[in-house]
Formats: sequence, C-alpha cells, structure tokens
Amino acid sequence: MPEQLLFAMEVTLNGLMAGVLYALVALGFVLIFKASGIFNYAQGVMALFAALTLVGIMDGQIPFAHIINAIFGTELHHFGWHVPALLAIILTAGVMVVFAWLVQKFIFSHLVNQEPIILFMATIGLAYFLEGVGDLMWGSDIKKLDVGLPQGINDWIDITTFEVFGYGFFIDNLDISATIVAIILVAALIIFSQYTKQGRALRAVADDHQAALSVGISLNFIWVLVWSIAGFVALVAGIMWGAKSGVQFSLSLIALKALPVLMLGGFTSIPGAIVGGLIIGVGEKLFEFLIGPMVGGATENWFAYVLALLFLVFRPQGLFGEKIIERV
Amino acid sequence: MNALTGGNYTTADGRKIGNTMMEMKNITLRFGGVVAIKDISFDINEGEIRAIIGPNGAGKSSMLNVISGFYNPQEGEVWFHGKKRPPMRPYQVARQGIARTFQNIALFEGMSVLDNVMTGRLTHMKAGMLSQMIWKGKAEAEETANREIVEKIIDFLEIQAIRKTPVGRLPYGLKKRVELARALAAEPKLLLLDEPMAGMNVEEKEDMSRFILSMNDEFGTTIALIEHDMGVVMDLSDRVVVMDYGKKIGDGTPDDVRNNQEVIDAYLGVAHD
Repeated sequence: MPEQLLFAMEVTLNGLMAGVLYALVALGFVLIFKASGIFNYAQGVMALFAALTLVGIMDGQIPFAHIINAIFGTELHHFGWHVPALLAIILTAGVMVVFAWLVQKFIFSHLVNQEPIILFMATIGLAYFLEGVGDLMWGSDIKKLDVGLPQGINDWIDITTFEVFGYGFFIDNLDISATIVAIILVAALIIFSQYTKQGRALRAVADDHQAALSVGISLNFIWVLVWSIAGFVALVAGIMWGAKSGVQFSLSLIALKALPVLMLGGFTSIPGAIVGGLIIGVGEKLFEFLIGPMVGGATENWFAYVLALLFLVFRPQGLFGEKIIERV
Repeated sequence: MNALTGGNYTTADGRKIGNTMMEMKNITLRFGGVVAIKDISFDINEGEIRAIIGPNGAGKSSMLNVISGFYNPQEGEVWFHGKKRPPMRPYQVARQGIARTFQNIALFEGMSVLDNVMTGRLTHMKAGMLSQMIWKGKAEAEETANREIVEKIIDFLEIQAIRKTPVGRLPYGLKKRVELARALAAEPKLLLLDEPMAGMNVEEKEDMSRFILSMNDEFGTTIALIEHDMGVVMDLSDRVVVMDYGKKIGDGTPDDVRNNQEVIDAYLGVAHD
C-alpha cells in the first residue's frame, strides 16, 4: 500500500479520536438546548470547573485556600490526604449536581419566559463567574490529571498494523479509552431518555412545556436534572481533555470548537452532535495533512469554522437539525 | 343556588351522582387591573358532567386554569375532596388526579401517538430510575401494566390505526382525540376539557360527544368542560354554570339555564332603551 495512503488512514483514525472529545462537549450543549432552549455558553467552563474540582479533590487541596490564607494569615494548602480516582469522580459529580441546582435556583428560575438572547447572556455571565470561582477555589496553575487511564502508544495496534501494512500506526491509548467511555456514556443517555420515567419526562419538556405541566411534570426538576446531566458530561469531557493536555484555563476554549460542531450536527440532535464532532475531528486532521503543507500549515485553527460557515450557507439547520418551515 | 348542589342525586338517565368533589368558593382572579373572574362559587360532584358556558371573554378558560393550577386566584378558596387546596403549581394539581386538555392543543409533536398517551401515565410510574434503565423487576411489570391501560384507551378512542404516527403529522380533529387520550390515560378523578369540540365538523363533534358520554359512563370519570356550542352542552351535561364578563349569571340543569332570563340576554343581547 502506498505510504501516503497509510499516513492518511492514521491521520483519519487520530481525527476520529479527537472528534470524540468535540462530540462530548457538543453533547452537553445539545442536552440543555433541547430541554430548555438555553444556549449554554458556559458548557466549556463547566468542563474546566469539573476537571479542576476533580484534581482538587484527588489531591486533597483545600478549596479557597488563597482567600483563607490572605484573611487569616495562615499557610493552608492541602488536607494532606489523597482521594482515590473513582471516589473523587463520584464526589465531583455530586458537586456538579449541586451546581445545577444552584444555577436553576438562582438564575434560570428567575428568567422563565424570557427571550433566548437574555438566557444566552445569562450563560455568558455564568461562564465568567464560574471561571472566577474555579480560579479562587483551586488556584490558576496548570495541574496534572491522572485518573489511572492508560497513556502512550498502543503497542498492539502498532505491531498489528506493522505486520499487515509494513507501517505501524500511532494511536494513543488515552484516545481509545476516551472513545470507549464516550460510547458508554451516549448509550447510557439513550437508554435513560428512552426507557425511564425521567427520560420520558425530559423528552416531554423538550417538546412542549405546557403539555408537560399538564401531565404532572415539574419543569424545575427536569431543568435541574438536565443541567446535572450536562454537568456530568462536562466532567467526562474535562477528564479526557485534562488527562491529555493538563487541566488549564484554556480548557474552557474548547467550548468554541463545539460551536462549529453544533452547526454541522444541528443544535437539537444528539446523533448530530456525535457525527458533527467526528466530522470536524477527521476533517481538521485530514485537511491539515493534505492541504496544510500547501498553505503553510496551522489550518486546524480555522478549518472547523470555515466548514461551519459553508454549512450555514447551504444547510442552516445542520445535518440532523429540525428544519423550520413556517406555515402561512 | 339550585337543588342539586351538594350532590347525591340520580340523573334522568339513571346515573348515580356522588358527593361534592370540588368546590370553588368566591374565586376572584385579576390580571393587573383587569378582573377576569369576579367572586364565583360553584361545585362539581363525583360522576357528573359539568359544563361552563358563556360568551367570548366571559372568563371560562380562566376558570379552568384556576382549577388546573395554571392560575392562582387572588381571592377565594379551592376545595378538593373535602380539603382546602393551598396555591399549587400545575404539575402538583396533575399529580392530585386532575387531568386536562387545552383549547389550542398542547401535544408532544415530535413523539408518536403511543408515546404521547404514555406520558399520561407518568404520574403512575413509581419504579426507580436504575431498575427502569436495566429493565428489571418492578419496572418491567409496571411498564407492562401501563401499556395495557394505554392500549385500552387507544382502542376506546379508536386511534389504533395511528398509534405509531408522529403527532405533528395528524390533522386537527385527530390531535384533539390524542390529547383526550393522554388526559384519560392518567385515570383522572376529574377531567377538564377546554373546548373539546372547537373547530370540528358535525361528524367529529358527534364522535367527541359519544366519547365524552361513554368516558363518564364506563370509566366513571367526572368531567368539567367548556364549550361554545350550546346544543352540544345542553345534551351532554348534567349541570351548567353560565358566566358573563367574569361573573356567574346562571347555575343549574340545562333546562333551568335555558329558561333563565339573564342567560338569554347574555347570549342574544338585550335591547337598551
């Protein structure tokens, strides 16, 4: 097989793995948007906050240590214990549920029936607020996140492909586990929304608020639930990104990459978020590989947005979004 | 007031009417300076078909919204099964066993007819989230039982042929029927129908009347309905409340109401000289 084609195959595989992470972030957006019509700008920051909290809990960091030390003149930083990864993940998920409840209680329950743009502005405020809180609670230094996922090149794939093609593919173990976790997460979400009472109620609320109320569904409960799920999805995304490139504040910028993903997939479609994420992931890597050298590289910075722009022109509802047809 | 207040009477067609189920006491509802309902009292007895009629803007829908918790009145009390009801949210009222339909139809357009009707069973689902996800034990038995009830209702309302169709694709008349099925699926103690026959042709109206009567007869459902079509109301209902400009101007059997001078004036207009 020609070497160029093998390279392209390897690039495509790596693109798929990167796309899984984009899809995870986009998934959080879609969940909240479907259920409440809120475009949650803070989704990326939620991923950052979740990752920071996870690292903080695992390392036994004292939250708000800087403020406490500044006020009382103490030198506190650590509790001096380490929490195992699984327990820390559960605790962090709990923190995200509390966060969801607070968001609903103090922000969105006061903004019922407001214009979408006002809800959007509120999430921008929330994003900066949460970033600040994350900074105050856990400090702004880059942290290493290791929840025990295997890292480094996958030898089995390397050797197998070398034997078959005479060229070993470089696939990161971390990307493989990210993909598996994402598949499990999406499967669980689908089963939840199709077969449970709460899932049915969630779909009902996404469809019609008034009708949902009339069959005994509490909108408040559903919104807290959906923010909690989005928080959990953010946590998973945060773990994957954090394990890959460290927990740092630029993590919140991944939210921006989810935007073109959503334009491709449609804002209301869960399969759309996944397929959109994969297309952007693969497209980005392949484009850089094939066209990059001709234009001097660094195409990954803008490729996704240009693709999204093309979609806006030719298919504004995205691949899977609902087409809006006004009856006259 | 009329003789039938307080319940426990037998209708002309031999149905037994039970105790008072719901009592509205001196309800006043305002929107800013506009008084939508002014000091209205009436009751609904168990097993009854109770109608609220009146010209456009009389406050009928507002009244239904007060019963179903979508509006909370500024003054007055709502009594349900002998207990005073605190101000409630619509979903809490629904959980008490009061189901409703809407004047402009509120359905889950993206879901199939079957799924829509299944949402009516939400208040009856008790199994835990995890056992529902892995489909075991109580959850499975519960789902089967709920499906049976839903299928019975789908048969009853003659919508078997469209059970898998997304509701958004259905014509208006069928949507109304699906909405009724969803409300009925909750096995409500009290069923509120907001203009169940609005915008229907004669044939559809006859179907709907038949369904309302047999719902009441077969399932023993207590029904309160709002309707514009006077002929239909007089045929269907046991007792009628008449509203005009937010006030009650008549209450009693269809015959009482038909002969009430104030009601005739409200409907036909009265000469001012």
